Amino acid sequence: MPRGARLMFAFCTDPASLPQWQWFACYLTTATHFAFYRSFFMVMLLLVITAPIALAMGLLGAMAVRSRIWPVSWLGKGYVNIVRGVPDIVFFMFVPIALGQGIEWVFHQIQCPDWDQPIRQGNDFIVCRDAKVPPVGSPVWVRDAYAFSMAVIAYALVFGAFAANTLYGAMQAVPRAQVETAEAYGMTRAQAFRRVVMPQMWVYALPGLSNIWQILIKATPLLFLLGLQDAVYWARELGGQKTSLYTYPHPDWRVWYFLVLLCFYLFLTWVSERGFARLNARLSLGQATAAGERLRKVQA
Amino acid sequence: MRTCAESFDGYILRALGRDWGERLLPRNLDITVCDQVILIASGLIWTVYFAAVAIFIGFFLAVAVALAKSSENMWLSRPASAFVFIFRGSPLFIQFFFFYSAFVLLPRSGIDVPLGFVTLTVNTSALTTAQVGGLIVLVLNTTAYSAELFVGALRSIPKGDLEAADAYGLSGFTKFRRVVFPSMLRLAWPSYTNEAIFLTHSTTLVFLSAFPAREQAGEAFYYARYFVDQTFNPFVGYPIVAAYFIVLTLAIVGVFGLANRYLNRHLPRERRPRVRFRPQYVR
Repeated sequence: MPRGARLMFAFCTDPASLPQWQWFACYLTTATHFAFYRSFFMVMLLLVITAPIALAMGLLGAMAVRSRIWPVSWLGKGYVNIVRGVPDIVFFMFVPIALGQGIEWVFHQIQCPDWDQPIRQGNDFIVCRDAKVPPVGSPVWVRDAYAFSMAVIAYALVFGAFAANTLYGAMQAVPRAQVETAEAYGMTRAQAFRRVVMPQMWVYALPGLSNIWQILIKATPLLFLLGLQDAVYWARELGGQKTSLYTYPHPDWRVWYFLVLLCFYLFLTWVSERGFARLNARLSLGQATAAGERLRKVQA
Repeated sequence: MRTCAESFDGYILRALGRDWGERLLPRNLDITVCDQVILIASGLIWTVYFAAVAIFIGFFLAVAVALAKSSENMWLSRPASAFVFIFRGSPLFIQFFFFYSAFVLLPRSGIDVPLGFVTLTVNTSALTTAQVGGLIVLVLNTTAYSAELFVGALRSIPKGDLEAADAYGLSGFTKFRRVVFPSMLRLAWPSYTNEAIFLTHSTTLVFLSAFPAREQAGEAFYYARYFVDQTFNPFVGYPIVAAYFIVLTLAIVGVFGLANRYLNRHLPRERRPRVRFRPQYVR
């Protein structure tokens, strides 16, 4: 036990002599275990931050694909198809490092215009000291936040393309006659989109979006590959065999830690499945779909 | 610097182990583009192995699980549903970690299974290798995903087909073999093609998770990542592996498309469902 570390329970001063349940009470409340528990919140945080960004990216992408200006529409189509055609894991690994180097390169051009050496020397990527992102000597939390936001961008890019595809389909699924009616009332294309298509497309998009959400949940452990101290990292660290040199010696318990992770993810996907089912029922009310018709009959 | 021919000799079979080419992988400044192209190609040996074997075994298991899940017998349907829920509801990445740490705990010497007349020794140390243990996880995973597809297909077999089978006096296994199974396969085939593609893509996770790459023998993405770590340049290794995966994907679409044509050979041409490549997603 490092000096000065706070103890959850008073009896934890000498764990070696404790009975079973007290030993576990102390073991599960060590500082490293709290880091493990916090990492679950990091997963949630990633989901909460990424989902709206990805949805916004998806909306932009879908609108770009529908656009009548051909460069915009090509850009949208290119984005959606390139991201969807390449195995996603390649993207998760590629985007953070490529983006990081890209940002440093831009700063390098701005900060040190008179630098005469090449940036790629052999196997090194060298930019001048002022162009380092995050800046040299910045505290650990800044580095963590930087790595985390890189991960968010990678996730938002990949899942934005998935969402764009779903939303595009949903926009097309809104009955054409309704848009024509709106135009007959003298609405412009933008007005018809805002007032007729937008409010109705969600019910068509929901099954696809719920699927993407489930996939996003299941993609969060890949954070570990980006070098962040997430739940997988801590499960490996804490579960590994600890010799008697440690305060809490135990054999290889990784399987139990990963079981906890497995249950956590099962719970998360199960809860969101139920949540989406309710949301779907709510959105189907009054819609011109089979589900909406069924709800209408039940109420009548 | 090696020439391309030298890298070809040294690395094209390197993924099989140290004895199949150069003992050491190219390092640091010694890495040429040819090395990357060839070594990553050599990793495809394992990519194809994992994908092909897992899809083949998983197919038969998935049919069994799908039948169990849609069975009226609660003792069959409940466990099958639970199996599908567990493997579809949790990330494959975590499944690899979980099974690896479970396999490591098994006794190294093997487990004796007495079968009465003969004692079978299960080689447990093989389970901690990616080629056996990782494959088992992939098989279980694809079984769950495909079983869900097959259940959906079983539900949407046209009622008339089943009634016709009854009218012809078919029942039991004959009815299954002649009517239920072909219809199920035909209906599920387009989405099953996509499942095969996802599975192939997710073989990249085998060596990224807990399973060790002994003698640095890994699959394609393992080598791509190795090169990026060595050169710190993501713009060569990752595009190469992405290109290989696109080729693999097209090959799967081609092979499964042929099977699709065979399954739908009785239908008039314009009514045949097309296999569409709908690339998705992490599992």
